Amino acid sequence: MQKNLKITPYLFILPAFIFLGLFFFLPFFQTIIMSFFDYSKDIYNPEFAYFLNYKELLSSNIFIKTILNTFWFLALCVPFLVIFPLFVAILIDQNIKFKNLYKLIIYIPVVVSIVVVAIAFKWLYQPEGLLNYFLGLINIEPVEWLYNPNVAMVSVAIVTIFKGIGYYMMIYLSALMGVPKELYEASEIDGANSIQKHLSVTLPHIMPAVALVSTISLMSALKVFVEIYVMTKGGPLDSTKTIVYYIYESAFESLDLGLASSASVILLILVTGVSVINITCFERDKYGL
Amino acid sequence: MKQHIKGFLIHFTLILICLFCLLPFLWLTSTALKGSEENIFQYPPVFFPKYPTIENFKEVLRLVPILKYVLNSFIVAIFTVILNLIFSSLAAYPLARIDFKGKNVVFFLILTTLTVPFQAIMLPLYIIILKLNLVDSMSYIQGYLGLILPFCVNAFGIFLLRQAFIVIPKEIEEQALIDGCNSFQIFYKILLPLIKPSLSLLAIFTFVGSWGEFLWPSIVLSNQNLFTLPVGINELQGAFSANYRLIASGAMISIVPILLFFLTLQKYFIKGNTEGSVKG
Repeated sequence: MQKNLKITPYLFILPAFIFLGLFFFLPFFQTIIMSFFDYSKDIYNPEFAYFLNYKELLSSNIFIKTILNTFWFLALCVPFLVIFPLFVAILIDQNIKFKNLYKLIIYIPVVVSIVVVAIAFKWLYQPEGLLNYFLGLINIEPVEWLYNPNVAMVSVAIVTIFKGIGYYMMIYLSALMGVPKELYEASEIDGANSIQKHLSVTLPHIMPAVALVSTISLMSALKVFVEIYVMTKGGPLDSTKTIVYYIYESAFESLDLGLASSASVILLILVTGVSVINITCFERDKYGL
Repeated sequence: MKQHIKGFLIHFTLILICLFCLLPFLWLTSTALKGSEENIFQYPPVFFPKYPTIENFKEVLRLVPILKYVLNSFIVAIFTVILNLIFSSLAAYPLARIDFKGKNVVFFLILTTLTVPFQAIMLPLYIIILKLNLVDSMSYIQGYLGLILPFCVNAFGIFLLRQAFIVIPKEIEEQALIDGCNSFQIFYKILLPLIKPSLSLLAIFTFVGSWGEFLWPSIVLSNQNLFTLPVGINELQGAFSANYRLIASGAMISIVPILLFFLTLQKYFIKGNTEGSVKG
């Protein structure tokens, strides 16, 4: 009985670990190892090259641009994804009719595949498409959404924002449920208007959710890929090339596995940094830390 | 009076936001419904087709095996869900309810997988899948396995179920021990039925995640017969670059299954979704 009990827990964990080992830990270590090898001369017989790939990456203008693009993308969508869904959630959280219908509709973009969303936006972004028509109605010159290197990243960010609003709104809605309603009444008695009320009562109570949304949206923005792959392929003039797109291109198109791996390690460091902060600071309970 | 204005403003803003959320899909639908006699590049754009027709939908279904893509996506998603439920619940049980040596190490290892982005390990993962022959050039089954197995365990699932197991009172288990149940029986017959809500939550979010996955299938798939929906729909762009009516029709058809799924199970999405999407 006693002996049986000793190995039992391991037996339960074993199946999960076989697959995690094979499809997570093994490729994880391989990424790191491959990043020190040079595949450019012979893809089947890579040579150990110390930090050659890293040096090459950090001295390559395209890669530096890639990093800057990624941060530009973060700056475009993260603040918006942190603030706007909160605003929507506060609106829905009022005592209003059709609450669930609103939630349902705003959540639709979250469940629809990003490929379809990107295709739909590509169509909206046509030079003579619907968006430019709307702009024309308010006397704004047509925008070359996907063809102007200065605008293309904004267009991509709009798609990411579109896909994310519903998701983050739900996180905020469940956080808002935890705000004691008496506090609102108290602040109303004190003569606060709606905006003051939310600033003084709501915001302090949902700070953990704000922090959570910030880190989640930051992490997923660092990994942006599909929108770009479907809509711009990194163009025009590399203006929408991000880290993951760079990895994809060097791994599966130019087949420089060493460069792809070292770029992966850089991505790894960036995302791991953010997610460690996220897990240790905001999600301790969820993971029982 | 002031209340009325406030209510009106709230509804007005929310309706605008909802319209924004639906606009891309409505515009695709409008384009898909326009027949060949209508110019889809017309300026100013026409929102309501003059002669709505379903010809484009028929045409795209005739030219592209969309229903096959739906089936492929379904097979991949269902098996991904089943394997996730099995492996995650098995692993979560001892982490929640048994004290054993090395528990902290196991815990830490699982936590690491949460912090590493899939995109950073996809290249060696692809090489591993090739070496294991889990690609569609070998056989359908191997092709499916190559799509499913890399996603068959997910740390998020393990933690979600662990949380669910933890809150079950100890007495239930002790009673079962006295009755002579072994660990597996306790797990399977007593604890598992108690965490059904969390299991359904995990199932639903794994399903949606797997259904929408694009990057990995687009890397491993080469045989069109195994294309999942997102990969197939993306291919429409190359196949019909000159005909956005067909691209739009295909894209709209592809939304239907997941939309039905969402509307049927809406209470799970709208209520308990703080756990969020399962894919990293």
